[in-house]
Amino acid sequence: MKILGSWLNDFGSFGSDNEKLAAAMTSLGLAVESITSVGSPIKGVVVARVLRTERHPDAAKVHRVYVDAGDSLELHVWCGAFNIKSGDLVPLATLGTQMPDGRIITARGILGIESHGMLCSSIELGLGADSEGILVLPSTLKLGTDVFKALGISSDVVFDLDVTRNRPDCNGYLGVARDLGAHLGVKVAAPSGDKAKKGPARTLKVEIIDKQRCARFNVTVISGLRVTDSPDWIARRLTNCGMRPINNVVDASNIVMLELNQPAHPYDGDKVTNGFRIRCARDGETIRTLDDQVRQLETSDLLICDGDDTAIGIAGVMGGAKTEISEATTCVALETAWFEASGIARTAARLGLRSEASLRFERGVDPYGIDHAVSRFAAVLRESCPQLVVHAGAADPKEKSLPPKYSLVSLRVAQVNRLLGTKLTAKTITALLAKIGFATKTVTTTSEPVLKIAVPSWRPDCQSEIDLVEEIARHVGYENLGKILPQSTMHGRLSPTQQRRRDLREIVLGLGLNEAMPNPFLAPGDLERSGLDGELAIRLANPLVAEESILRTSLRPGLLKAIAYNLSHRVTDISLFEIGHVYPSGSGELPDEYESLCIVASGESSALAMDWWSQVSSTMNFGAQLDQRNVESGYHPTRSASLRRGKQLLGSCGEIDPLVLAKHGITVPVACLELNLSILLSESPKIATAKPVSRFPSSDFDLAFALNKSEPASSLLKVLRQAAGNELVEISLFDVYRGAGVADTARSLTFRLCLQATDRTLTDAEVTATRQRCIDAANKLGAQLRN
Amino acid sequence: MSDQSSVNPMRQAIEKAQASALLAIKTVSDLPALRSLSADLNKKDSPLNALKTELGKLNSVDDKRTMGQLLNSASIAVSAALDIRTGEFEQSEISARIVREAMDLSELVTNRRRGHSHIVTQATMRLEDVFIGLGFQIAEGPEVETDFNNFEALNMPKSHPARSEFDTMFLEYGEPGSVLLRTHTSPVQIRVMQSWPPPIYAIMPGRVFRRDTPDATHMPVFHQIEGLVIDRGITFAHLAGTIEAFTKAFFGRDFTSRLRPSYFPFTEPSAEFDIRRQDGEWIELGGCGMVHPNVLVSSSIDPEEFSGFAFGFGIDRMAKERHKVEDIREMYTNDLRFVKQF
Repeated sequence: MKILGSWLNDFGSFGSDNEKLAAAMTSLGLAVESITSVGSPIKGVVVARVLRTERHPDAAKVHRVYVDAGDSLELHVWCGAFNIKSGDLVPLATLGTQMPDGRIITARGILGIESHGMLCSSIELGLGADSEGILVLPSTLKLGTDVFKALGISSDVVFDLDVTRNRPDCNGYLGVARDLGAHLGVKVAAPSGDKAKKGPARTLKVEIIDKQRCARFNVTVISGLRVTDSPDWIARRLTNCGMRPINNVVDASNIVMLELNQPAHPYDGDKVTNGFRIRCARDGETIRTLDDQVRQLETSDLLICDGDDTAIGIAGVMGGAKTEISEATTCVALETAWFEASGIARTAARLGLRSEASLRFERGVDPYGIDHAVSRFAAVLRESCPQLVVHAGAADPKEKSLPPKYSLVSLRVAQVNRLLGTKLTAKTITALLAKIGFATKTVTTTSEPVLKIAVPSWRPDCQSEIDLVEEIARHVGYENLGKILPQSTMHGRLSPTQQRRRDLREIVLGLGLNEAMPNPFLAPGDLERSGLDGELAIRLANPLVAEESILRTSLRPGLLKAIAYNLSHRVTDISLFEIGHVYPSGSGELPDEYESLCIVASGESSALAMDWWSQVSSTMNFGAQLDQRNVESGYHPTRSASLRRGKQLLGSCGEIDPLVLAKHGITVPVACLELNLSILLSESPKIATAKPVSRFPSSDFDLAFALNKSEPASSLLKVLRQAAGNELVEISLFDVYRGAGVADTARSLTFRLCLQATDRTLTDAEVTATRQRCIDAANKLGAQLRN
Repeated sequence: MSDQSSVNPMRQAIEKAQASALLAIKTVSDLPALRSLSADLNKKDSPLNALKTELGKLNSVDDKRTMGQLLNSASIAVSAALDIRTGEFEQSEISARIVREAMDLSELVTNRRRGHSHIVTQATMRLEDVFIGLGFQIAEGPEVETDFNNFEALNMPKSHPARSEFDTMFLEYGEPGSVLLRTHTSPVQIRVMQSWPPPIYAIMPGRVFRRDTPDATHMPVFHQIEGLVIDRGITFAHLAGTIEAFTKAFFGRDFTSRLRPSYFPFTEPSAEFDIRRQDGEWIELGGCGMVHPNVLVSSSIDPEEFSGFAFGFGIDRMAKERHKVEDIREMYTNDLRFVKQF
């Protein structure tokens, strides 16, 4: 909502301390987004009379104008507009005048003939939107005087307010003025209505069919008008408030709408046949609206029809073309109505037609502001139509669904103080609310003071006690309610899962991995390109673009795209990780969403992936078995493993399937580790119990075995661990060898075992026996000891 | 009784042997030579040691004692000289080694680097830590939510006009319009209120989604942090006090905060909160307010017993402004040349 400073002053003496006014509006919740200076007087523009005009044979687009600027001297100017004739008063920018666009008026003319100034259009002077012709001034002005002074224009300012949804009244000057007046102690009154005597009764019949959707519909007949341009001050006000002046009739209705938040629609009185019917549209019905579009209607759209049931407007949204005001109009039927808000909102949204009127109807207008709105419309229109006649006998049906003049809301004084931390009394609250027109009807004090507050009809947003608490807070001033840090009765901390997530993050960062945040939305086919099942994915019902219409079921596609992106920008050695949610479809109320960790590195093999797993699993105490027989799809089938605990899948480790890499245009191998963090981080690992460190020497020995390739090294490790028994303190695979001396079907695996007892030095015999048990056990697995 | 005739030659012999040993030690050229000299001097038949056998030939006990002491101090002097000389050689050898094994550390470049955390994660953790310090716990919830948790329970029934402002992305899952990508982290507030009995002092950081075309300052996927306090006797002043404490803790002591009236369906009274920088400029940060009684009721909390407040703001903007990132989209390209700067 744009508020023009001078216009606001029509509602009360607010003055022109614009900074103070802006601060006051902001502190009331009417956030001032900008303050713009408008209509600043330009020095050197004077009133001049056109003496005569003259064409020049060599200048087709301009003519010569001779003017008198009050000193009886004939000044010559070139002019490109032809709307002026001798006798007209026009604004002359004299030599040396600096125009708002920065140019300075000089005598330089054309065809070698000088120009002693420039005649100005209203837009050049910042006085209106008209750029077509020279501004013709009222004939009463004195020649040679400053144009701005003569017109009574002083510098003005526009406050651009961000009006929140709960303040429908502030979509009009009156609402803003009421709030501001209460805050600043300024008396506020709406601009006066039409004072002329009513003309003879002329009634157009109004029949409201859908009484829930339309609760009041006033039709006043006004005749004796002449459709013309609005006076400048009206055009200027509309322009400065972001509306285009159209003609005096439409402009008057817009002035009323801006002032009083009451949209009013003027129909050409001679084009409306047999009155009005207000009903919902029939299926398939259409209407041509003012903007010359044919609109397809639905049964939930409320229509204004004429007495013959032909649609002539979409209620509260836009009028029809048929009854539009034209230059020939001499009589209007003025509609000022009250429509149910949500119905207007639905229609406006469905048709994509958010007009200034619909915006106000859907937020809420004052059903009891209609009488003044009609009167004010006549008063504004009378400025350009002195012969105007407002006819008596206006139709004004009111239905039961019309909201009451005020609604009663109970307010407990204790509740106000409990929520605001104040010590306000019933008396203070009564006074505060009275300032904004909320009257206190009764005060009961049987157990605690309870006020019955009459909320006026222009504040439909205030329906309950808490709404009144907010009003009190606003008018006490948020800044006056204090700042107290509450003493939390809880202790702040990370949950065990959150702490473990941070630990994991530290480990992963320590491994040199960089955090990525790819888009969780994928394009159709992205999952399949990554070897994943697209059927498990959920589609967005209303995606922004098709490329972002699928919810990810894995972090892999996003990270593979990130690798491809970096490679295409000649960044190599890419190592990335992401901790984020994935959203596979499920069978519950919500999908089977879970948190996942995925790590990738370009140009790296499974060896690095295993290193990651080993580091992460040992420090985080993540337990899982490597299962190379069941490799998840999208992973390299012979160089990857799934990580499982029994049947439960905890993740995967290895390399990305070369086929997947090819589809991403990645030509180097990519190591990958993926873990289900929703499972792994929620586990609380056992706290290690201290074991005494042995004071006796350890015995180390190495065992090298040839093991068939089909048998994983982990099986042999497991067998050796079991066979070595309790004295085994450490076992590690420290060499893998393929080549001469080992069968092609096998490879050599060398383990180092460390034995140590806590209570004695192990004897050679004991060590030898253990070693033999290990060899025997290995043999059973098919591993042959090598020498 | 001293026998000067036999004592004097012996004294001379001792002094001579000591002098010659000390001279040899002094003139030896290197550590190996010193070691072999030391071995020679420690032999039984070295001149000094040989004189020890001569002691027995003296008759007088006094002479034996005198000569023994003389011989002993000679041995100690020789031994001390050996130690000093050894020390000197070792010292010079280490000095030589230090010169010899000099290294240019700037040649020693390692490519092993710690990874870089995303700037949004860094901002989130800093925010979390500030609120943990103020006694808050951290609550989490799913990013795919029900219409109920995202809207209805927050005082926005199906017909509520404010819903249109949330630019919601709905999913093809369940009944049409029933499952969506959360538009704010407020559904986590609902989950917390439904599962934790008050008092509640919690923050909810997380990813949120709006159907917004990306530009330099907006992403359809971004991050938010909200806070929720529900306790007995919580007032609007506590909300303002918490915002102020957070402002000072996170941005610095020179910053201050203000609340100004606004509108949200889930809070009342509602406010926007701004912070003021040292240069006096106010920056709009987020929204807040007293939890609407309807929201408490929908989570089975008695609004007559408990009251509370909630607040929320964007995290991405914090990261963007801290690191002066011009275009927020830059933060999500995952270009390593960007990620590694922070």
